[in-house]
Amino acid sequence: MAETPHPRHSGLVRVTHWLITFAFLALLVSGLELVVSHPRFYWGETGNVNTTPLFKIPIPSSRNLVPTGYGYVLPDQNGWSRYLHFQSAWVLVLIGLLYGVASLWNGHFRRNLLPARSDISPKRLATSIVQHLRFKRPGVEEAWSYNVLQRLAYLLVIFVLFPMIIWTGLAMSPSFVSAVPAAVNVLGGQQSARTLHFFLTVALVLFLLIHVFMVFLAGFRSRMRAMITGRAA
Amino acid sequence: MSILSRRKLITTGIVATAGASGLVVAAKLAKRYGLIPPDSGGIYGPGETLTYAAQRLLTRHSLAREFSRNKISAKPFANEVAPLGDEFKRFQQGAFADWRLVVDGLAARPASFSLAELKSFPRRSHITMIQCEEGWSYIAEWTGVPLSHVLERVGALPQVRYVVYRSFQPDWWESIDMADALHPQTLLTYEMNGGELPVGFGGPLRMRISRQLGYKSLKYVTRLTLTDNIKQFGKGLGSAEPEGGYAWYAGA
Repeated sequence: MAETPHPRHSGLVRVTHWLITFAFLALLVSGLELVVSHPRFYWGETGNVNTTPLFKIPIPSSRNLVPTGYGYVLPDQNGWSRYLHFQSAWVLVLIGLLYGVASLWNGHFRRNLLPARSDISPKRLATSIVQHLRFKRPGVEEAWSYNVLQRLAYLLVIFVLFPMIIWTGLAMSPSFVSAVPAAVNVLGGQQSARTLHFFLTVALVLFLLIHVFMVFLAGFRSRMRAMITGRAA
Repeated sequence: MSILSRRKLITTGIVATAGASGLVVAAKLAKRYGLIPPDSGGIYGPGETLTYAAQRLLTRHSLAREFSRNKISAKPFANEVAPLGDEFKRFQQGAFADWRLVVDGLAARPASFSLAELKSFPRRSHITMIQCEEGWSYIAEWTGVPLSHVLERVGALPQVRYVVYRSFQPDWWESIDMADALHPQTLLTYEMNGGELPVGFGGPLRMRISRQLGYKSLKYVTRLTLTDNIKQFGKGLGSAEPEGGYAWYAGA
């Protein structure tokens, strides 16, 4: 058996990757369901059906008094959606913290995610972008390392999008902001936090779609095996 | 068995044992300090318990944000309520002069108060946001008697752990722990934005819980029951909301 000396992805990365995947999907499904009860978004501190929205999502609602233009009302599913959303959020935050602290500690961020200084030049970046846009399949060398765009994308997700979506989520909690009012005040208000939370969801879904597409492009079986069993080749 | 895997096994064993005993100790402490919500059973119990416990540790005494007068929403929204019926209409026609708030349970001096009596008690106002779990919100000025004053007046016994409050609408009842019951912003409100509290917004009497979502701010309050055992009410989940699938604690 041609066993590699060390796994492509460490046990910690593999376990936390899949736990966060499940938590994210649960958050996504329950979050989209919650939007159905009020598919209108506002900017500032407050907003309701008597005020002008920033934008509306053209879907039917699960509430009678929301004007949607549809002649019917969907069933209310917010009870379990809310329970599931918050429980999954705990999983995401706790597992995310475990991953983050461990990766700082063991050098995973520095070694595997921080791009080499030489890769940050405009020329190198442009080459990588062109390769991606041509849907070029990665070579063997990339079975053991991330390319520069991949590293930047992962860093953006880990250090910007996830922290921001957790922050904007907490900024909607009436109890949390009573203790930490700045969490919502600097965002411009509770409805702004809700709207930003929605846009961050869109950004993370875009990342997920591109990520899964790239996995297919690179070879679904080999990449999935690497993330499940740790074996690369 | 190689040395490495034996060491791994032992380490894993120690970590697992420490983790499990840590959880048992945490559960005992949580129970002792009242950090477990009444709806902690079921598959969503762990998440609910974490939220409630974390927020009780972080926010026991914190005040909800209060706003300046110019932030009051010009167009607040009164959510739909089921038809209130003829009996309510009779109260309304009499300008709610006959409306009473009954306070019973673990009190030295159980009592029943008219609106006029409640209005004669010390009053407090705050301009705060009410947020519906659906996603919408508005800011209003709420005026009423602090619940803590009513509890003091009836001589709430020291063992009281929850205040159960009921609506004129028979299916609606709620409860809060003492952190919220004694909270200075928790009011039995009878005025909104300087005028009588409109019926659509819960008039003549609405419980206002400033740090939880709108559904804890029950409309048409008729009765308070002080208890040390929340399990004996309804299905034992703390309020009507968990019976309909929603969380008892709505600090979110």
